[in-house]
Amino acid sequence: MSVMPGGLGAALWVLAAVAAGLLPLLSLAFSAGGPTLDGAVWAALRFTLVQASLSTVLAVVPAVALARALARRQFRGRDLLLRVFAVPLALPAIVAVLAVVAIYGTSGWLGGIIPVYGLSGIVLVHVFFNLPLATRLILEALASTPPEAHRLAAQLGFTDGQVFAHVDGPVLRNRLPAIAGLIFLLCAASFVTVLTLGGGPSATTLEVAIYQSLRMDFDPARAAGLALVQVALSVTLVALAGRMMLAPAAQAPVRLRQGRFCGGRAGGKGADGRAVAPGIAVVVPPVAALVMSGLDHVTLNGALLSALGWSLAIGGAAALVATALGYGLAGAAARAPRWRGWFEGVALAGVIVPPAVMATGWFLLFGRNGTSIAELFLLVVALNALMALPFVVAVLAPALTRLAAAHDRLCASLGISGWARLRFIDVPALRRPLAQALLLAGIMAMGDLTAITLFGSGGILTLPALVYQQMGHYRGHLAAGTALVLALVIFLSAWLAEHLGAEDDPH
Amino acid sequence: MIRIEHGLYVYGGFRLAIDLTVPRGSLTAVLGPSGAGKSTLLAIIAGFEPLRQGRVQVAGEDVTELPPAQRPLTMVFQDNNTFAHLDAWTNVALGVSPALKLDDEQRRRVDEALAQVGLSALAGRKPGEMSGGERQRIALARMLVRNRPVVLLDEPFAALGPGLRAELLAELQGMQKERGLTILMVTHQPEDARAVADQVCFVDGGAARPPMATADFFAARADAAIAAYLGGWRDGR
Repeated sequence: MSVMPGGLGAALWVLAAVAAGLLPLLSLAFSAGGPTLDGAVWAALRFTLVQASLSTVLAVVPAVALARALARRQFRGRDLLLRVFAVPLALPAIVAVLAVVAIYGTSGWLGGIIPVYGLSGIVLVHVFFNLPLATRLILEALASTPPEAHRLAAQLGFTDGQVFAHVDGPVLRNRLPAIAGLIFLLCAASFVTVLTLGGGPSATTLEVAIYQSLRMDFDPARAAGLALVQVALSVTLVALAGRMMLAPAAQAPVRLRQGRFCGGRAGGKGADGRAVAPGIAVVVPPVAALVMSGLDHVTLNGALLSALGWSLAIGGAAALVATALGYGLAGAAARAPRWRGWFEGVALAGVIVPPAVMATGWFLLFGRNGTSIAELFLLVVALNALMALPFVVAVLAPALTRLAAAHDRLCASLGISGWARLRFIDVPALRRPLAQALLLAGIMAMGDLTAITLFGSGGILTLPALVYQQMGHYRGHLAAGTALVLALVIFLSAWLAEHLGAEDDPH
Repeated sequence: MIRIEHGLYVYGGFRLAIDLTVPRGSLTAVLGPSGAGKSTLLAIIAGFEPLRQGRVQVAGEDVTELPPAQRPLTMVFQDNNTFAHLDAWTNVALGVSPALKLDDEQRRRVDEALAQVGLSALAGRKPGEMSGGERQRIALARMLVRNRPVVLLDEPFAALGPGLRAELLAELQGMQKERGLTILMVTHQPEDARAVADQVCFVDGGAARPPMATADFFAARADAAIAAYLGGWRDGR
């Protein structure tokens, strides 16, 4: 009985937060003559769509070839490559921007090959993030093929093309739309990358344009227009790609079982090499640059330690809030199938409503007369929790659904309910998914620069904010050291999450 | 017809010693406890797993180095024998030509094979719209059009009910007699072996033993390993 009220409570909190974001902005926009939908809004929409489409295609197409090469058994250096590819998955956006600028910026190792500011730089960072993500998700999809399929293909003497047509192709046809949809959505909503690498009105996305029209121009009518277009775009994408879209992003890392049988098949080392090269070219140099220039410049001064403290505090608090809300929503979705879509839709609020809109609404409501550090902290935590919520729900929902199916009738027949059930049955059984959800939300919040930027840092300087500040003041070497510390904290958490996930696996 | 002498397979801590001769035109059942290596034995003969020592001979030919498609045999799995996006006819036709380029004579052979397994009326259906038994019939039809002298079956009818299992087993035996096939079949059902097998290959304790006549196997109660495997099972009587 404790479940539905818990779920409803969580849903009401989320909806109230969204309303507190949207309503003040809309009322301000209407008192200024209604939302503006002018050329600048459409230009931002066009740029959003162009950069997200380019990023998605350039990430997903090479990832298909790469994942097929990695799915083969005898591939030299494959484990190392998979490990390097896990790096961008957890990296904060500002650190990725710094790493890519270090390589491709004018003074970088490969400076001048690709202009790093504007469309090409934004797409480059997005590909750096999403090529590994797409590779991992496609690899997971390919690994779901029954092993007999590859044995059958080998027995029938299929060529590589025929394996693609009859084995890999059908799997990809099912899963690729959701994978591409997820990546498109992540790129369309990208804030930090576009803010740092975008240049002026010609290279701005809806998300960044909302922030700029509120903070630079204070034009709430245009911000409302942009926000409405952004919400419409997100809703369309989520409706198209389906609610399972976010689930793969939050899954535990791929564990490759024995590998698939491919002995004696065409498409050997040369083909594998060609498939792997583009991925290595985009992903490996920035990771190397991050580590090497960071190591030279780590200095544990007071500013760095205080930023580390703020990051941990915000990460921890946001993780607790997001996991509590996510537990309520996922539990309710698991036990009330009729309302499932509704609860999961509420969880997606942080993806559908632009954080810039929510931040502005909250700022108008609570912050007009100046915010104290405590209030600012709470606002940043709340916004981070909302942004992490979809991923937390994606981690918890499958586990809670399994648990409900396995235990609900038994508990009902034994009369175990309420706190007793939570303490003795649910929490022990869900220890690992709960820990994973906490760490995932913590990782996202610790690396987040969006919320801090939106509220204005006003006394709270987290690690990502410190990186951004040091970059802006042309102290790139200091930024590199700070970024490395941030990356290490994130990877320690990711490593923990991965190992908790591995133990959860019965195999 | 199938011959492995002093064969040794190693994977991690798992070892399987193999000494095996299967005569032409015989039906041999592979029996043994779960995890003993019955499926591994078939995978070695089919070319999916390599031997560390020893050679594999099939139909008088040393196939140890040959890829699966070039070995004179067909393997049928317990399930996933079909490609879900292709209809039954196309699934069978892949056994003739992986590029699906068939001449009229080959098309006729696909039609005949589907007729022989009783699937003519369902030729245009996809596997997802068929029952488990019908999907295994697709695999049998493909085995027929491939027309290889040796057939390996890995628990082919394990997921089916007893009546259907007996029916398909009888059909398989009919095909074997008609075409003179050499068959090696893994099964968990001693009664299947008793019903159709000429001999039994017992896999247990890290070894695949040389096959013995079916009647001798079921009478071998003095052999502790065989007795432990058969347990209280009493010949179906």
